[in-house]
Amino acid sequence: MSENKTTKAVGDSATAVKDRPLLEVEGLTKHFPIYGGFPFKRQVGAVQAVEGVTLDVFPGESLGLVGESGCGKSTTGRMLTRLLEPTGGTIKYEGRDITHANRRELAPIRSEIQMIFQDPYASLNPRQTVGKIISGPMEINDINPPGGREARVRELLETVGLNPEHYNRFPHEFSGGQRQRIGVARALALEPKLIIADEPVSALDVSIQAQVVNLLQELQRERGIAFVFIAHDLSIVRHFSQRVAVMYLGKLVEIADRDTLYSGPRHPYTHALLSAVPETDIDVQKRERIRLVGDVPSPIMPPSGCRFRTRCWKAQDKCATEEPPLVQLSGNKAGHLTACHFPEDPTIDVGARKEDVVMDPALRSLEKDAKKS
Amino acid sequence: MTSPVQTEDTSVPGGNGPDALTKDGAQETKTQEGLSPGQLMWRRFRRDRTGIISACVVIFFFAIALLAPLISKVYGKDPYTLYGQNSLDLLNEFNMPAGSFGGASGSYWFGIEPNLGRDVFTQLLYGMRTSIFTALGATVLIVVVGVLIGLVGGYFGGTIDYWLGRFTDLMLGFPSQLFMIASMPVITAAFVAPDENTPTWLRAGAIIAVVGGLGWMGIARLMRAATLTMREREFVEAAKISGASPWRIIRKELLPNLWSPILVQATLQLPNTVLNVAFLSFVGVGFVEPTPDWGRMFANGADYIQLDPWYMLYPGVAMVIFVVAFNLLGDSVRDAFDPKSGR
Ligand SMILES: Nc1ncnc2c1ncn2[C@@H]1O[C@H](COP(=O)(O)OP(=O)(O)OP(=O)(O)O)[C@@H](O)[C@H]1O
Ligand SMILES: [Mg+2]
Repeated sequence: MSENKTTKAVGDSATAVKDRPLLEVEGLTKHFPIYGGFPFKRQVGAVQAVEGVTLDVFPGESLGLVGESGCGKSTTGRMLTRLLEPTGGTIKYEGRDITHANRRELAPIRSEIQMIFQDPYASLNPRQTVGKIISGPMEINDINPPGGREARVRELLETVGLNPEHYNRFPHEFSGGQRQRIGVARALALEPKLIIADEPVSALDVSIQAQVVNLLQELQRERGIAFVFIAHDLSIVRHFSQRVAVMYLGKLVEIADRDTLYSGPRHPYTHALLSAVPETDIDVQKRERIRLVGDVPSPIMPPSGCRFRTRCWKAQDKCATEEPPLVQLSGNKAGHLTACHFPEDPTIDVGARKEDVVMDPALRSLEKDAKKS
Repeated sequence: MTSPVQTEDTSVPGGNGPDALTKDGAQETKTQEGLSPGQLMWRRFRRDRTGIISACVVIFFFAIALLAPLISKVYGKDPYTLYGQNSLDLLNEFNMPAGSFGGASGSYWFGIEPNLGRDVFTQLLYGMRTSIFTALGATVLIVVVGVLIGLVGGYFGGTIDYWLGRFTDLMLGFPSQLFMIASMPVITAAFVAPDENTPTWLRAGAIIAVVGGLGWMGIARLMRAATLTMREREFVEAAKISGASPWRIIRKELLPNLWSPILVQATLQLPNTVLNVAFLSFVGVGFVEPTPDWGRMFANGADYIQLDPWYMLYPGVAMVIFVVAFNLLGDSVRDAFDPKSGR
């Protein structure tokens, strides 16, 4: 099974990929209880934020985790860093089960898994100087680098492209992009093996996004740090990740290496996401458009069977009754797993289908009107 | 010093620093480099004239309280000697101050106390000293207990928060002034045999305990709410990920961010506590003779209000100035810390 569900990181990364995964996640589930009722509060339901996510992260690779807002990406990331207690499933780090490890048990590996946050304004303590912020993790873990912590902090500031003289400044004196760099420096302070980056650039100006992504990419290549790169936007992940996992409403629907996923998505949802990515290369063939209609269903009452079926143009009865397993479909490369009963053809060329897929009847009639006039 | 220079030195050779060149709000607000939030607050405070004046008044009161022994030495009197009994021309046949304005004169600035004939000026000096220091002690207790309970409840949440919350509600439900009056004798009786005199330090301790023990709930609730919003912030999560202990997070991450509400609450709390301490003495369960006390001066003054209203005047005016100045100071501190709130 495990050969079946993972793939080696491929692509242009110079990092050596070992066979044993750094992080093994199996059936990871998170339900947030909902309390209600009168006069006594009791649990009346649960937000099924993450449901049975299974994936591996290999040393030095970058795994992209994409999906629409609210599909449980952050929740997954927070469980991986053990900020949230998983409801079910297991997380193994270097073979050790850390699913329910407490703070003391986690101490030895705390320095190896770090996180970069989305909001550069909330992720730095406004009352601490940059030096204090970055040296904090070293202090907590009692790490004394040769030359002292201050020298190390200055070195880190330089690594992330900031002036080492900013050591004594406060966060409010920096711009968003600079703050995010400080956050990166803090994550690097413990020389981690794995960094969970939860939408690290989505709060930044577009012009700065690329710079921060480049910085992360440099770090990943030079230091061999594995990344779980969370984003809701496939174009940034394409730039950064060797493997991409697609989530929908708490579930993993497709996972594959980058080129396979971008050139031949099998899950309709992946396909739809891809068709929403704006074309950056002019010479790329025009892709068909797929517009998803409606909102993501509530994770409190997710649809039965395949969770995507309510918005899927291929949905049939089977999709409502039977949940599609995440497996390697025939014709797929090893490590390309898809959870779909009626997968797409592995192509995104226009030639494969004559018409655009437009889901909304209203939209369709609008388009007809537009053509007529 | 100016922004353009700073933006230049932020782009580091070798780094991909051009984002340092794109400006945003952070660049505009800074005036000088390296200003901590505390320094910024101080700058705002310095521009607030009401705040500065009331701070001066408050400091003046504290200086008087602190320097009472020195002042009375220079002035040449003490609050215990019965001057009116020793020299016969100070009190008239009804034991009221003989002179006008409550017997005020060059040697007895604020006049003479009716009946016993003590010096009002030194009595007020020492009375304020007793009251302010007791109130200071009680305020420290209130703030420490309130902050601790609020922080712990807010940070840990869950069952701990639930029970701390119910406890706070319970304490709030007490009619606190009645309870203070009722519990003072009980506390002193617990430590002192009936036939002994209660030492003054024990009285002070009991007052601090009662006023403090019944006054922390407001701050606890405020702190809890502030902590709740703070603990969701990502820098707290970052500290957790690095393996920080809850105690370290509370101390190093949360508390520094809560100093402003704590300071504001403490400044607003102190005048209240002074009033509460005075109230206890006024109703006769606080400090007793011969310890000079602000609150008891009101109690005594109330006895003579018909015959010698001057005796009440000085402690009264002093109290009003003190409380008003302190409240204004509290408002200014709040404005300085949080320029967005208020007017
Ligand atoms: N603490 C919580 N209590 C209850 N529900 C929660 C909590 N945190 C998240 N959720 C719910 O879990 C679901 C997944 O949230 P999550 O933050 O993981 O989404 P996301 O994929 O990161 O979205 P975004 O792209 O907007 O960041 C959402 O429906 C959200 O409402
Ligand atoms: Mg998120």
